[in-house]
Amino acid sequence: MNGAAYTPHADLGGQPGHGPVLPEPEGALWHAGWEPKALALTLAMGATGAWNIDASRAARETLPDYAQLDYYRIWLTALERLLAERGLVLADELAAQAMLHPALPLPRKLMADAVPATLARGSATARPGGPAPRFAVGDAVRTRATPCPHHTRLPGYVRDKVGTVVALHGAHVFADAHAQGLGEQPEPLYTVAFDGRTLWGPEGDPTLTVSVDAWDSYLSPA
Amino acid sequence: MAHDHDTDHTGHDEHEHGHEHAHDHDHDHDHDHDDHSHLSDMDRRVRALETVLSAKGYIDPAALDVLIDAYQTRIGPRNGARVVARAWADPAYRDWLLRDATAAIAALGYTGRQGEHMVAVANSADEHHLVVCTLCSCYPWPVLGLPPTWYKSAAYRSRAVRDPRGVLADFGVTLPATTQLRVWDSTAEVRYLVLPQRPPGTDGLTEAQLADLVTRDSLIGTGLARSPGAPA
Repeated sequence: MNGAAYTPHADLGGQPGHGPVLPEPEGALWHAGWEPKALALTLAMGATGAWNIDASRAARETLPDYAQLDYYRIWLTALERLLAERGLVLADELAAQAMLHPALPLPRKLMADAVPATLARGSATARPGGPAPRFAVGDAVRTRATPCPHHTRLPGYVRDKVGTVVALHGAHVFADAHAQGLGEQPEPLYTVAFDGRTLWGPEGDPTLTVSVDAWDSYLSPA
Repeated sequence: MAHDHDTDHTGHDEHEHGHEHAHDHDHDHDHDHDDHSHLSDMDRRVRALETVLSAKGYIDPAALDVLIDAYQTRIGPRNGARVVARAWADPAYRDWLLRDATAAIAALGYTGRQGEHMVAVANSADEHHLVVCTLCSCYPWPVLGLPPTWYKSAAYRSRAVRDPRGVLADFGVTLPATTQLRVWDSTAEVRYLVLPQRPPGTDGLTEAQLADLVTRDSLIGTGLARSPGAPA
């Protein structure tokens, strides 16, 4: 998942042609019988520490058929891929519905009685004591102009745009590095707000302001 | 389109359906759907994965049911509704929520996965907030539970940052042309909760009655809180 071959399919902000949004009632959690298990398997394997959440997002966004899959199929397909890439479960085992190769050691295993506490604890990404912020609230900043050859969290629609820092969140685990297995490399995280017409031109909604949460290295002084 | 929150019956059916199939390990062809082969493929695929992951000792199969049950019964948008009702009822809590949402929400017992770093944003007569994740489906799980399908859809993720008024129209919501639209794209691990405006005519209501007026969509910004007496 490195280099020129990295093609994300999940960066959808501003893309035309996706039609109307279809609301659904509050209780409609599932749309097929297999979905709850797909969710639970994804969460249970995420809790093992075999990969981190940024690596799983990278695995999902680079699925070649991302645009054709509904969300739980994206999750399930990415789960199979993460397992195969690490040799944890191989394709022949899924075809046979049986264990054919030895298990590999994993950092943790989520037991049933630990689920409530594990969910309630979560996995904070703030890293107090990390690098100090370069920017303050009110500062004008310009976002990175170039696309990345790896997982990143700067959406294309805010690339090379000038916005204003509206909040500081302290240092957080840097998703770009974390997804590539390069460690946490915490960076200051900011909320940066953009005028709608900066993003979408003079025909943009004049009442619109859009913000993203951006790590320090996405930004330069404007 | 009317803003439809008539959730009880449909939601219950979906819930039962999912639960039933989630616990069905014995039959391959018992589906009542039109697309038999496709769904059977997915059922088989998920079952194969569960079987192998369990056999290898990577997962505790009993944990799967506990996880599913948590998001079906305990972790959902009623949690966020209770946060909002408290903020409407108690100005000091509202101030705390807007200043330090993570702590204020934790004080009501809602913490953890996908809500580790919370920010609450308050709608007013002049400003309306809308939350999206254009890059995937980031969503404040402890207060809202699992994201609805539309929140994860290409339609919502593409348009929310460009044409939020058009998106609101899809939900039957029309705001004054002068209202400032404030869209929060959840691109890191900060998660956003919208504090909707308290509807008029709610002065004498208890917190529980107020919470009933807070819809899931109003906590994302694609809806408004219901007025007392409006259809649930």
